[in-house]
Amino acid sequence: MPKNKTVNFEETILPHLDAAYNLARWLTRDGTDADDVVQEAFLRAFKFFDGFHGGNARAWILKIVRNTCHSWLQKNRGHEIAIEFDEDLHSVEGRDTEVVLLENIDSQILRGLLEELPLEFREIIILRELEGMSYKEIASIADLPLGTVMSRLTRARRRLHTGLTSFLNGGSK
Amino acid sequence: MNCKTTEDLLDGYADGELDLVNHLQIDEHLKTCPACKRIVENISAVKFAMSDAALYFGASPDLRNRIKSALPADKSISASGIWQWRWIPVLAAAVAIVILIFLFLPHGSSNEDILAKEVVSGHVRSMMANHLTDVPSSDQHTVKPWFEGKLDYSPPVIDLATIGFPLVGGRLDYAGNRPVAALVYKRRQHSINLFVFPSTGNSDIGTAISTQQGYNLIHWNKSGMTFWAVSDLNLDELQEFAQGIQN
Repeated sequence: MPKNKTVNFEETILPHLDAAYNLARWLTRDGTDADDVVQEAFLRAFKFFDGFHGGNARAWILKIVRNTCHSWLQKNRGHEIAIEFDEDLHSVEGRDTEVVLLENIDSQILRGLLEELPLEFREIIILRELEGMSYKEIASIADLPLGTVMSRLTRARRRLHTGLTSFLNGGSK
Repeated sequence: MNCKTTEDLLDGYADGELDLVNHLQIDEHLKTCPACKRIVENISAVKFAMSDAALYFGASPDLRNRIKSALPADKSISASGIWQWRWIPVLAAAVAIVILIFLFLPHGSSNEDILAKEVVSGHVRSMMANHLTDVPSSDQHTVKPWFEGKLDYSPPVIDLATIGFPLVGGRLDYAGNRPVAALVYKRRQHSINLFVFPSTGNSDIGTAISTQQGYNLIHWNKSGMTFWAVSDLNLDELQEFAQGIQN
């Protein structure tokens, strides 16, 4: 008999539980919902674990978590993603070239700005900045072309920067 | 490289995701372009702000436990223990079946086995079709020449009437992928088919006794010929017959 599947799973996949939870927490924006989604994702992952032949375990589980999140959101918060993202609307935002020091920004402010980002932008910047995934890994996890990953990342940062500067300037955004 | 072509690459530049050529070209461009330089600074500022550890949500110990307990038992000893106990009767039965097959079925399909089956089939056929002999004769000097021209060898034909096994005739049969001579003898109501053909394997294998479908078989090689005696006669009398032929 080969090495026990459960032991194997606990050794390779379970160490990425924090990353999984972090992604789910940012996508659902709720701690309890994230718990449920992550548990569902891990049980799903265990079922598919025979199909995992080594390689990037973190990207593998994050992809399952991401897909589970999307299905969950579609089912429970359909209105959130029912609004089709208007690429044109967001692409008219210009580059904010004003230099502002963001060193002392309150993390609560940044957290609020991140949660306001559309899902499509939020998942890319979370994977990049909080999980340190490469563009290629993000493209695989989110099932997107590399170019789309890059353009969404650019726009997400632009929006965050705009939000942060307007906050620091005392503006209401 | 101008600002337009550069702009789309600035995030990749700040993330260290560009190939070396593009990276160096942007390095050069930034030396002379304050606007693009400022964009890179802003990207870096956002990256820096997001490096705040307070933004990271770790899983609770409770979630970890929930997932662990939802997985199948993770103790390989108990898991394999259950597995073993559960399958022991099945395994035992499987082993028993394999042993039985091994004991009661003919072992493999060696040439000897195939020939044994063929000669028994030949014997049964000769009885069923009431076609025991092609040349009904008790005279060995009639039977032996009859095979000439029908076979590429001349089988020894011996009459054993003196010891109670009268020759009743000869027949052409087929065994071992060749036409063979079948000599037919009688003992009371019992027929004995003696198949004779040139041996292909070891010249002397001694005398082998076996049973197929209730028929007794005695098999030996002698003087470059293979002999198979098949009959429903009891083994003692069949051995007596075989000894008579061998001598």
